[in-house]
Amino acid sequence: MTEFLQQLINGLADGSILALIALGYTMVYGILRFINFAHGDVFMIGAFAGFYLTPKIAAFLPTPSIWAGVVVMALSMALCAVLGIIIERFAYRPLRRSPKLAVLITAIGVSLFLEYAGQLFFGAAPRSFPQIIPVKPITGIPGLTINTSQIVVLVVTILLLIVLRFIVLKTKIGMAMRALSFNPEAAALMGVNTDVVISFTFGLGSALAAAAGILYAVNFPAIDPLMGVLPGLKAFCAAVLGGIGNLPGAALGGLIIGIVETFVGGSELSTYRDAIAFAILILILLIKPSGLLGKKDIEKV
Amino acid sequence: MSLKLDKTTIKFGGLTAVSAFDLTIDQNELVGLIGPNGAGKTTVFNLITGVYQPTDGGIVFDGQSLVGQKPHQITRHGIARTFQNIRLFPSLTVFDNVRAAFHLRLCCDVRHALWRGRGFSNEEKEIAASVLELLEIFHLGKFRDAMAKSLSYGDQRRLEIVRALATRPKLLLLDEPAAGMNPNEKTELMRLIQFVKDRFQISILLVEHDMQVVMGICRRIAVLDYGVKIAEGTPAEIRANPKVIAAYLGEEVKTPNAGN
Amino acid sequence: MNFHRAKTLLLAAVALCFVISLVLKNNQSYWLYVSYDIGINIILAVSLNLINGYTGQFSLGHAGFMAMGAYTAAVITNQFTGSNPALAGAIFLGALFAGGLAAAAGGLIVGIPTLRLRGDYLAIVTLGFGEIIRVILQNIDAVGGPRGYSVMHSWTNFFWTFGIAAVTIYVILALVHSTYGRGFIAVQDDEIAASAVGINPTRYKVTAFVVGAFFAGIAGGLYAHAKSFISPDGFGFMKSIEIVVMVILGGMGNTPGVILAAVLLTLLPVGLDNLGDIQSLPGISADHPLSWVKDTRMVIYSLLLIVLMLTRPQGLFVFKKRTTA
Repeated sequence: MTEFLQQLINGLADGSILALIALGYTMVYGILRFINFAHGDVFMIGAFAGFYLTPKIAAFLPTPSIWAGVVVMALSMALCAVLGIIIERFAYRPLRRSPKLAVLITAIGVSLFLEYAGQLFFGAAPRSFPQIIPVKPITGIPGLTINTSQIVVLVVTILLLIVLRFIVLKTKIGMAMRALSFNPEAAALMGVNTDVVISFTFGLGSALAAAAGILYAVNFPAIDPLMGVLPGLKAFCAAVLGGIGNLPGAALGGLIIGIVETFVGGSELSTYRDAIAFAILILILLIKPSGLLGKKDIEKV
Repeated sequence: MSLKLDKTTIKFGGLTAVSAFDLTIDQNELVGLIGPNGAGKTTVFNLITGVYQPTDGGIVFDGQSLVGQKPHQITRHGIARTFQNIRLFPSLTVFDNVRAAFHLRLCCDVRHALWRGRGFSNEEKEIAASVLELLEIFHLGKFRDAMAKSLSYGDQRRLEIVRALATRPKLLLLDEPAAGMNPNEKTELMRLIQFVKDRFQISILLVEHDMQVVMGICRRIAVLDYGVKIAEGTPAEIRANPKVIAAYLGEEVKTPNAGN
Repeated sequence: MNFHRAKTLLLAAVALCFVISLVLKNNQSYWLYVSYDIGINIILAVSLNLINGYTGQFSLGHAGFMAMGAYTAAVITNQFTGSNPALAGAIFLGALFAGGLAAAAGGLIVGIPTLRLRGDYLAIVTLGFGEIIRVILQNIDAVGGPRGYSVMHSWTNFFWTFGIAAVTIYVILALVHSTYGRGFIAVQDDEIAASAVGINPTRYKVTAFVVGAFFAGIAGGLYAHAKSFISPDGFGFMKSIEIVVMVILGGMGNTPGVILAAVLLTLLPVGLDNLGDIQSLPGISADHPLSWVKDTRMVIYSLLLIVLMLTRPQGLFVFKKRTTA
């Protein structure tokens, strides 16, 4: 039983990180019907931003501490939000009227660029992420190995989800995002500034990816420029699992994949762990392509 | 040949797009299907051609049920169609657009294409000759190497019809062929449709908004409103039918003491 | 293209490759091995072009088919320890063919579930399949798992590489430039209209995958017997993306362009590498400004990709002139 709980907690932490990344994918897909291949690499940039910012912050604030953690995360999220907006503005916006394939390839190009430029500037070897928040094991429950870092992941994810929900449901720009995801032309005709909303969406998604990057780095301190590749792909699978374009779905998908992956990783099939996300993707596309919480799209003939 | 729709119904979620629709088309008939916008006319086409599957009722063509069959299978049975928004193959030339439709008649597709023996070259020559012949009949021969999209609107519509005819159908479904045409072009079209029917000895089911065209050439007309057939008969009968008039123009409203 | 002439050309090309191969029999030069890479990439790009370019199915898992062919062929030839050259040739051909068949089966497995998917989804799923194949291979200890697999015989030579490349080009072109082949393009253009003229989109899509995968498998077999060592990591999605870039650069559905792109993109990193090693020339110091080129090779590559899509998404080598009515 404790084994099960242990895996569950590990899985939830893993899944939360995937969920945060998946949200960015699903928001962009919901509005532009396009997979931002470079999103996983923004996750990586977020982690490295934290890596380089921490020593600077250490001059003002005691590290490790909660405040240091909050500031580093906030700054990293802001930085990546800007990065996301820049990428959209220069690499994707010019191709908005082009065939989908062109922008997909461009996204792959941006992704490769971030990875290899990362290797050039950060070095290809893994770096050790500094402790920005105090990581202590939580004792008291026999048989369970939990760290404060895992609790932090869960708490921060829940907080961010609440903030996101607020933004999407209760603000004007959130409403504009939803309008765009239903019908871009009609939204534009209703006075929605499409460009601004799209930029905001990219910024928001990138900020969440950055948060995921920091949370990941706090738990697994070895970071390298290619760390975003696999989580990015798995997060996309999560977004599809939940129903692409559906925000709660992305979160749900992330958690499910995180948990299943962790359980597989603890079983005899552990070496197949990395293939699980893709297997789930293929299964859901065969059984219910619109995802767990998604709706069917009908094409008019 | 005969096509019989028997209480054909289709529901999309809560909306019944077509409800208990009965229609029979026999050999050499020119039947029209009209109704206000959104009445379900194109949906009927999609049902016949297998794009949608009916949720109730049957569709029988020459004794065989079409329900559950895929569109390409239905075309093989002998039903061809054109589309409301012309759907030509933009990457292919005029010639190849029609040639693609000859796929049905290939005897040994893949093997022949790879081996390229005598059988293949004979077949390809025959097909090329047939394609040209068809194009010439409709005066499109001179455009054979042009990209399909570069043709004028009227020529594109004609090309779509030629392509449909290349499949040697027994029944041809035309979806609003007169859309976007001026009066002269419409007269041309009416002649063209009549010509197609006579020359190729096929039946035609025509969906059209333009009353001049429909009344002009159709022997029999069915009227749809909100997915339900409200009338069927000769052009004269339909013109005089009060239910049809009401469907298109609405009912006369008598306001009290307004002195109309 | 004239029917008989095409076959004659093919036979002539294959014969020429055979002759060249005999002439180069004892040549071990670096550039000869580069030429094998060129030939293998031509086969990969042209076969992918059938799936992506002509049929419009965006597949990002081509390397997975390559891997299946590579491992299958290697396992088969590793059973053979004799030295009879004629027998070796026959076994090699058989092994390559078996690799192709294994990959074709993979193409079938991938093609069928992906039928209803469009654009991006299809891309991710095919990428997923590629990853799954990689993970499976990593778990098969009999072929070395993650440590890789040694290939005993380095039988790949000019004849096999370019002979097979010629066959691949012939097959793809012959297939597409026939009445049957117009169906591939019709399916890409408009599936619904294609169905309406009796074309079965499912059959075409699956055929494209199977044929494309078959040749990718053969390319994998050639690769295995050129490098003498294969490992699952070499067939990851980076490899798939490299091949996709060749197809995009050459122009989707433009076989001559794709061949040219394959040649250029194979030579590009080689050229950049050599440029980076320029300090080995006398008189130039190790601090020569061009030595950074080697390190930034992939960065330049990815920037080129972005710039290409922003400026000329139809590909660099589109030569076809379109006539208007």
